[in-house]
Amino acid sequence: MSLETETPPGLRGFIENAKRAPRRFLDSMFRSGKPVTDRGRSNFVFGNVYLHLHSARTHRWSLRWLTTGGLGIVSLSAFLITLVTGVLLMFYYKPYPEAAYLSIKDIHFIVPTGRFLRNIHRWAANVMVVCVLLHMARVFYTCAYRKPREFNWVIGMLLLATTLGLSFTGYLLPWDQLAYWAITIGANIAQSPREVTDAVNITQHVDPGGFQKLILLGSDEVGEEALIRFYLLHVMILPLILVGLLAVHFWRIRKDGGLARPADADKRLPLPDVKTYPVFTEAPKKTYSLAAIVKGRTAAVGAGPENTVPSMPHLFYGEAAAFMLTVFVCVLLSIFIDAPLKELANPLVPENPAKAPWYFLGLQELVAHSAFAGGILIPGIVIVGLGLIPYLDREKSGTGEWFGGPGGLRLVGWSAVFGLAAVIAIETVAIRFGWIRQWFPEAPQLLITAINPGTVLMAVYGVYSVWLVRRYNSTRAGALGLFTCFLAGFLVLTLIGTYFRGPNWDFFWSPSQWPGH
Amino acid sequence: MTTDPAKPDPKPSRLDPEAMPRRDFLGIAATSLAFGACGFAAIGAARMPKAAVLPSASKKFKVVLPESLPPGEPFFPPGRSVALFREGDRVHAISTVCTHLGCIVKPMTGGFECPCHGSKFKPDGSVQRGPAPKALAWLSVHAAGGGAVMVDEGTPVPPGTKETL
Repeated sequence: MSLETETPPGLRGFIENAKRAPRRFLDSMFRSGKPVTDRGRSNFVFGNVYLHLHSARTHRWSLRWLTTGGLGIVSLSAFLITLVTGVLLMFYYKPYPEAAYLSIKDIHFIVPTGRFLRNIHRWAANVMVVCVLLHMARVFYTCAYRKPREFNWVIGMLLLATTLGLSFTGYLLPWDQLAYWAITIGANIAQSPREVTDAVNITQHVDPGGFQKLILLGSDEVGEEALIRFYLLHVMILPLILVGLLAVHFWRIRKDGGLARPADADKRLPLPDVKTYPVFTEAPKKTYSLAAIVKGRTAAVGAGPENTVPSMPHLFYGEAAAFMLTVFVCVLLSIFIDAPLKELANPLVPENPAKAPWYFLGLQELVAHSAFAGGILIPGIVIVGLGLIPYLDREKSGTGEWFGGPGGLRLVGWSAVFGLAAVIAIETVAIRFGWIRQWFPEAPQLLITAINPGTVLMAVYGVYSVWLVRRYNSTRAGALGLFTCFLAGFLVLTLIGTYFRGPNWDFFWSPSQWPGH
Repeated sequence: MTTDPAKPDPKPSRLDPEAMPRRDFLGIAATSLAFGACGFAAIGAARMPKAAVLPSASKKFKVVLPESLPPGEPFFPPGRSVALFREGDRVHAISTVCTHLGCIVKPMTGGFECPCHGSKFKPDGSVQRGPAPKALAWLSVHAAGGGAVMVDEGTPVPPGTKETL
């Protein structure tokens, strides 16, 4: 009997209705039934509150693995994993010194599945940082930041900063030696503008450094106030900011015309597989404009939705696969590698070496020469510089293509070689021969703040990219070179900071050579 | 300002300007009051993150230097990041908080060194090498009677300031 036939009155009817209730419940939940027709598939997308941020149809170019690598979705998946595991960890975590440490210990050793959840939380956070960086590199190298997507690139920069902020604030919460000293170093980096204000002797009048540290810690030392501030930032303020920015980020993908693709993407795509759900092949004769409703060209004006496939299932299955892969990787890592927990924080004995999370070790390598230059000046210039890229590179050719088309890869290759050579050369000098203070102990601090391995490296990269702009007569060439150099620099400095620095931040080829301490 | 599209405005006279309609006036007044209130609240809220009294423990402490402390050798009062020196009857205190990124420096032959980024300091606190931007702070010391000294970690004094016991 079909669901919609009349049921007889009375008890028999009641029983019949009860039997049909589960099917009817499902029907009422999914408004448009099974997505089998083209219309049904579209309905499935825009009839669902969670899915309707997607467009109903997706261009086939966007679905190639090579277009995005799914890195954005993986970053989002990692964030969702940290969200769920983080909320679960909050059941046991107590944000007060010593109690915090003990509660993490409880989570690690006593709470059933606690260690596993903590491990997943930590690994997902790491996966998120890696994938956000890779995602940024993908967008940069495929020139996907260009008009009209400039603003979304800027939102991406804010998301990167928020992601790093989330990781950093989470680092203090275990209240162990690692956490305590990493945050002490971080807070003093926030204070490091004093390096300049002290040198020109105006700290007693203008003290932005001291103010930043005070606001961050709520005190002049890392203590209970700092812990509660970091906790609040970590579990409430930064996640809310992140979710708010994510909403804008996703919305703008839609509004900016989907993922960037080359102008001739349609010609370059192979014919669709016969088994694929049919794609539109003919453009309509009439063009549409949604004047006064949508700014600029709408995706379909004058072109028709040819070469698109329904988002359900083609896009959603891909996204689900990326999500499942992320969960799988995080779970696998969590089974085999535990999140660290050192001794209880001791404000009198610094961890030696005291290391920040790995993605900050490149910066720590730079602050080992000047706290202000390495911790504030250079990161500030890098973030602002990255944000400016789409407003400086106004070229059009190569949008949506890896490395901006032929020749780009060669340029990136050479820039990588140059970038690696420069950073290794400068680090070698600094490690082998020391820096200005060793040669001239009386050198003024301002000189060292201005000229240290970090600023020298940045200047070398800058000059190189200006040279590229002139040589190729293209801003894009300069941007490619600069971005590649910075990636190379980040990589090498991070590796040195992670693997080759030991007690007293001395250079060691391997941790086995560390002196006992 | 509202205009009646059916009747185009007559040329406004400079000497007899049209009065602002009451609704416009009320609208502008209400909007500015709302923004003003938000701004006022924001200024108040911005003061909130810094408490009037910082929650850190007292920075003053009393300590008795051991009789056997040789001149030029540092004495580290337990639980404090301070090195105390005594030469004859003159005492001075140097903070052991590194001026670079706030790690605690350790004594070594001929001064102090920082475990975090390898800064080295002479016994008087001045920078010998490494990234530290300035010398270790000298701290205020006062005789507290009975051979004890009162050290104030919160009050730096010019280097070279010593207290006679």
